[in-house]
Amino acid sequence: MEAIEFVRPKSLAEAYESLGNGKTSFVLAGGTDLIVQLREGRRHADQVVDLKHIPELVGLSWQPDGALNIGAATPCAEIYENADVKQKLPALIDSASLIGGIQVQGRASLGGNVCNASPAADGIPTLIALGAVAVTGKRAGSREIPLEEFFAGPGKNVLEPGEILVVIRVPPQPPRSGAFFNRFIPRNEMDIAVANAAARIQLSEDGNTIESARVSIGAVAPTPLLVQAAAEALVGKAPNAEAFQAAGEAAAAAANPIDDMRGGIAQRKHLSKVLTIRALEGAYARAKENL
Amino acid sequence: MQRSHVQTRLNGEDIDFLCEPRQTLLEVLRDELKLTGTKEGCSNGNCGACNVMFNGRLVNSCCVLAVEADGAEVTTIEGVACGGQLHPLQETFLEEAALQCGICTPGFIIASKALLDREPDADEGRIRHWLAGNLCRCTGYDKIVKAVLSAEERLKEAPTK
Repeated sequence: MEAIEFVRPKSLAEAYESLGNGKTSFVLAGGTDLIVQLREGRRHADQVVDLKHIPELVGLSWQPDGALNIGAATPCAEIYENADVKQKLPALIDSASLIGGIQVQGRASLGGNVCNASPAADGIPTLIALGAVAVTGKRAGSREIPLEEFFAGPGKNVLEPGEILVVIRVPPQPPRSGAFFNRFIPRNEMDIAVANAAARIQLSEDGNTIESARVSIGAVAPTPLLVQAAAEALVGKAPNAEAFQAAGEAAAAAANPIDDMRGGIAQRKHLSKVLTIRALEGAYARAKENL
Repeated sequence: MQRSHVQTRLNGEDIDFLCEPRQTLLEVLRDELKLTGTKEGCSNGNCGACNVMFNGRLVNSCCVLAVEADGAEVTTIEGVACGGQLHPLQETFLEEAALQCGICTPGFIIASKALLDREPDADEGRIRHWLAGNLCRCTGYDKIVKAVLSAEERLKEAPTK
């Protein structure tokens, strides 16, 4: 790796100051993307700012309204070891337990997964399906960005210079809803997704109609997508195979994948449909538990 | 280039070292501290040869900057045997021929120990899933899994630390 300076701020204010000192900087959470990229020359930094000693950035905090604030630098392992998350937001665990392997999950954060902005990121479709919001901060203030609006292209997020992701806020989930994430990879673990998909559906009180839905697909476009057409194919319908099939087809239509070493265009479009259907089946099963 | 002073608890002992911020923990363990039990396989978080315990978590030391170890607790393969006594995993790896060239073995031992310390009843499926981040070219993995299962039995009979 090229020479870097390393700073370890203990507060957000200190972090903003370090980021404002004119040096080309990257912030460091788990480092499982950044350190590799710096070593390989894919990213360049003169200064690395370690965020893991800033209280707001580490840990899970349930809010009085039922929202979950995920500190942007919280390791995935902390997320899936949390009993409340297992019970209330199991889809988060679908994602957090699939990013890399156990070793990666001991360090890698959902915040880093989001900001690294790989189109194939395994954390992002779930967060989009859950309606998550990126809460950012910089010296001048803070803003909130729905996750589906956080990405500008492959590897590009919408953060401005000096701005960091502080917390990912997962809002309180609608009653009678459930969410699920799945992906397709060549092996059983470790790979980068050829395609992935997350869905959340909310059922009517009698469980026979879909009241609301969110479907998000990844690795099949320059950024992860929120597929509005898939939701429209579901709302007001019975939660059955026919509706899920229609939503899957809408997802495939929205997918805009490339041919690369992991998969081809036709395969990825097909996977978008299948994974969306499976995500909906999984979401439905969880929604039924919450009736 | 200014070097950073890092204080860390390594294999139960408080030590300190100087390093450049750009050096990974893996590089410092091997090149500065001469603890060459931890191996470099891929340097990008895929193979697990560099596994160490960091603040109680199994990590790829190639993806940790050495400066991040300041104030942290690190355990390497050199810290697994206790007072000259092999850990049951080390015994069963030998007995089951769970190594040939041995380059992946320190990583597998650290990773397996991390699992058995947390989940003493892990079944084969769980073991294989947990070890997905450790790659082996020689053994075909079956003997490794057998060794872990065997060590699990041995630990239930005589739990160690």
